[in-house]
Amino acid sequence: MTVIEAAGGTARRLPWQRASVRKIVVETPRVKSVLLHVTDWLGHRSGQHVDIRLTGEDGYQAQRSYSIASPPEDPLLALTVERVANGEVSPYLIDDLRTGDQFELRGPIGGYFVWTVADGGPLCLMAGGSGIAPLMAMLRHRERNANRAPAVLLYSSRSLEDIIYRQELDAMAEGDLGLRVVHTLTREQPIGWTGHRGRIDRALLAAICFPAAQKPKIFVCGPTPFVEDVSRFLVELGHDPLTIKTERFGPSGA
Amino acid sequence: MDETPISRGFKSRRRQQDPKGRVPPGQYVTTDFPVLSAGPTPQIKVADWTLALQAGGSLAGKWSWQAFEALPQTTLKTDIHCVTKWSKLDTTWQGVTFDDLLEAAGIPEPPLPYVMVHCYGGYTTNLPVADLIGGKAMIATRYDGLPILPAHGGPARLLVPHLYFWKSAKWVQRLRFMDKDQPGFWESFGYHIYGDPWKEQRYDGD
Repeated sequence: MTVIEAAGGTARRLPWQRASVRKIVVETPRVKSVLLHVTDWLGHRSGQHVDIRLTGEDGYQAQRSYSIASPPEDPLLALTVERVANGEVSPYLIDDLRTGDQFELRGPIGGYFVWTVADGGPLCLMAGGSGIAPLMAMLRHRERNANRAPAVLLYSSRSLEDIIYRQELDAMAEGDLGLRVVHTLTREQPIGWTGHRGRIDRALLAAICFPAAQKPKIFVCGPTPFVEDVSRFLVELGHDPLTIKTERFGPSGA
Repeated sequence: MDETPISRGFKSRRRQQDPKGRVPPGQYVTTDFPVLSAGPTPQIKVADWTLALQAGGSLAGKWSWQAFEALPQTTLKTDIHCVTKWSKLDTTWQGVTFDDLLEAAGIPEPPLPYVMVHCYGGYTTNLPVADLIGGKAMIATRYDGLPILPAHGGPARLLVPHLYFWKSAKWVQRLRFMDKDQPGFWESFGYHIYGDPWKEQRYDGD
């Protein structure tokens, strides 16, 4: 068995920094992207996340983690936020946050669920819902560098209107023969929909993902049941578990 | 940073106050049990499961599932705190304390001051022995009276509830004593070497 063990770092404390909202993009009825300017941002790698901390007028504070959706090449840091029912932070970010507002942020955090062009391909990205965010940072990084590592994105959404970054993904795939974007819609399909329907299953993975023999680098991100299913299917299809990196969005990721 | 920016209109949406003194800084209470793992969930049959204790390169103890189940059982009701900000109160676990495991292996005193925990699937995490003894830690096999589900670390996971929950390694397979503290998996990727939630030791340097 391979043991994952490496030398640890002795970094300075990650400081809380001030983030200023420069732009808010409506992605879907339940999802917005918040584009932030962070002074002295030291950069990140695609797939990493940040912690944000909101402070209310009465001093009440709450912290949450969000994946970075922007690539290191972009001047603004993008966080893509899905409204979680009964949540505390996400409804505020979706409903109340305005351009010009500020809050605290620290990061980047996490060094495992990460891909850079230097890592090469083939790249196999599996997204469920807003789990697309860190994977989008990877695809944008690949695109900004005109990198042609073979890549496939298999993206499961509830309905057509729930697909995040749809136009950008379409445009990306259109100009790039090395990239294949495949959607599946689980709940509702528009009339004339010719794409896949229902949840990702083993047959769809076998048809879309690079075979195990090509040793693709696999990233799976989405709600827990999605990640559990997809990663189990991939192991059953012969992929080495250590090549499958996962990030699960728990139901309480509010 | 000079002054904390205020988010206008942002306030607590908690229906009730979190019990005082039980929720570490930056955490919030959840009733869910979120799953966070770096890779696929290993599916381990108890028939194939073993647990080993390793000291100074030699095997100090090894148990099959059946032998492990015959060790003294302890039930622990405790709060748990995940570095991703959720805390869960009053969780009930059953298993074998680290003290009882040492006893069963015939090791009266821990031979070295640190332990690296090795897991099915390749995960590792490091702990001082002092945080494992004195009833502070167990190898848990049941949650809420039922076998622990694979996604939550079953058939057996470490439980060290006074540290952030990534230290409570899922799918535990082997405990190896070390003379020096060395970073495990998340500790090598920017997370704190020790992980005390009350000191908010989330990341390296905290």
